[in-house]
Amino acid sequence: MKVNLQVWRQEGPEAAGAFKTYEVDKISEEMSFLEMLDILNEQLVNKGEEPIAFDHDCREGICGTCGVMINGQPHGPQLGTATCQLHMRKFDDGATLVVEPWRATGFPLVRDLIVDRSAFDRIIEGGGYISVDTGSAPDANLTPIPKMVADTAFDAAACIGCGACVAACPNGAANLFTAAKISHLNLLPQGQAERWSRTENMVEIMEEYFGSCTNHGECEKACPKSISIDFIAMMNSDYVKAKFKNRRLVAQS
Amino acid sequence: MTATIEKKRAPFPIAFYRSAVGKKWVMALTGIGLILFVVAHMVGNWKIFFPDVDGIPEIDLYAEALRSLLFPLVPEHIVLWILRTGLIAIFLLHIHAAYSLTLMNRRARTERYEGPRTYVAANYASRTMRWSGTIFGFFVLFHLADLTWGAQPAAPATWEHGEVYANFIATFSRAPVTLFYVISMGLLGIHLYHGAWSMFQSLGLNHPRFNAWRKGFAVSLAVFVFVGNAIMPLAVLFGFVA
Ligand code: FES
Repeated sequence: MKVNLQVWRQEGPEAAGAFKTYEVDKISEEMSFLEMLDILNEQLVNKGEEPIAFDHDCREGICGTCGVMINGQPHGPQLGTATCQLHMRKFDDGATLVVEPWRATGFPLVRDLIVDRSAFDRIIEGGGYISVDTGSAPDANLTPIPKMVADTAFDAAACIGCGACVAACPNGAANLFTAAKISHLNLLPQGQAERWSRTENMVEIMEEYFGSCTNHGECEKACPKSISIDFIAMMNSDYVKAKFKNRRLVAQS
Repeated sequence: MTATIEKKRAPFPIAFYRSAVGKKWVMALTGIGLILFVVAHMVGNWKIFFPDVDGIPEIDLYAEALRSLLFPLVPEHIVLWILRTGLIAIFLLHIHAAYSLTLMNRRARTERYEGPRTYVAANYASRTMRWSGTIFGFFVLFHLADLTWGAQPAAPATWEHGEVYANFIATFSRAPVTLFYVISMGLLGIHLYHGAWSMFQSLGLNHPRFNAWRKGFAVSLAVFVFVGNAIMPLAVLFGFVA
């Protein structure tokens, strides 16, 4: 099959960018979107042109490195799918695809389709961890956790940190990412010790970089892991609690 | 080691309001206050459909009762003014929170998407909250000038303080005014449709047992407020109330 691409090309953070049109012919429907870009890049290199810079790593939808806007949607039109797992059979033969990087002030553009997502690392540093004693490994299943709770925590932990939620959000908010990262620890017994400081810190660091949530729900639809905005509600409620808690009595609640 | 960052802390309510999550909480709570006012205001005004009492329109009596709430236990107009002050404060907070969150969101995406965006979940109501809200704010000013202050040219020429029923009929006998009111109520309905759902999320009220009801509640509230308000000016214009 054949596709017409309009790809955002920009040499560096300060350079002016623009869409450039490419035609990619003779690609197979079984290819992933990134493999199609590989083919195009090979052709560009053969012609002596700069290849298109894009992020990728695992190519199996688990690392969160890939991600571009395809026709105005993060990771393209297929729900719950990362760009690397999106196949060309999803598009019509001869389709025009507009490919753009994530756009958010918190994600400064590096080159072409690559943005710098270290703001997410700053948020994680604020409390995306638990404190454990090192030493011999604890026995398995020592801490009982109800199945339902474990499942919900796992749903949140599915976040791969790709940034599609920010890209999708009309407000450029990172609430879905932060909520997922907070919730997967806050839901579990191991996460309780730092629960309130984690919530407070991570929310406040998030707000230094990103916008605020107005509950559009775009993020949930863009998320390659289909993480629910229910976690945002949990985060909001935990944030308020964190502010109101008397931390000296926290063990009693 | 805990992850507590020691910052210089502002007094609690200010520190809380400084965060966007806190502001959204304030938006939701003030939103609830405003919804309660809108519904009470609407239900109270349905008195225009009631028959006269001893030759005085019931809504005139109702207005007088509101003005002298709890009088003579407390000085006249005091309770009314306490309620009004509260309402104004709530309204201003709602506007201020919305305004500063909007600025924050603008800053969060200074370089906009160049290609067309395809929205999957965001709807017309959620994307026009700032516009429906702002335009509705102007409507409120007009409405006050029209029926509360009697300021020309918003108010009808025959406007008179305390003659609620007569003013009501006079103002809505003007077709453009009626149209403006009905359109504004439509905007309010659209605003409420997103707001009344959104507030549950902002307050963190999320429970598998009632999540499915939240959208239904928002739709019903929006329709209730739109229809309940719009019938009043329309009834005057089409001569059902005279
Ligand atoms: S490359 Fe790892 S998720 Fe797409």
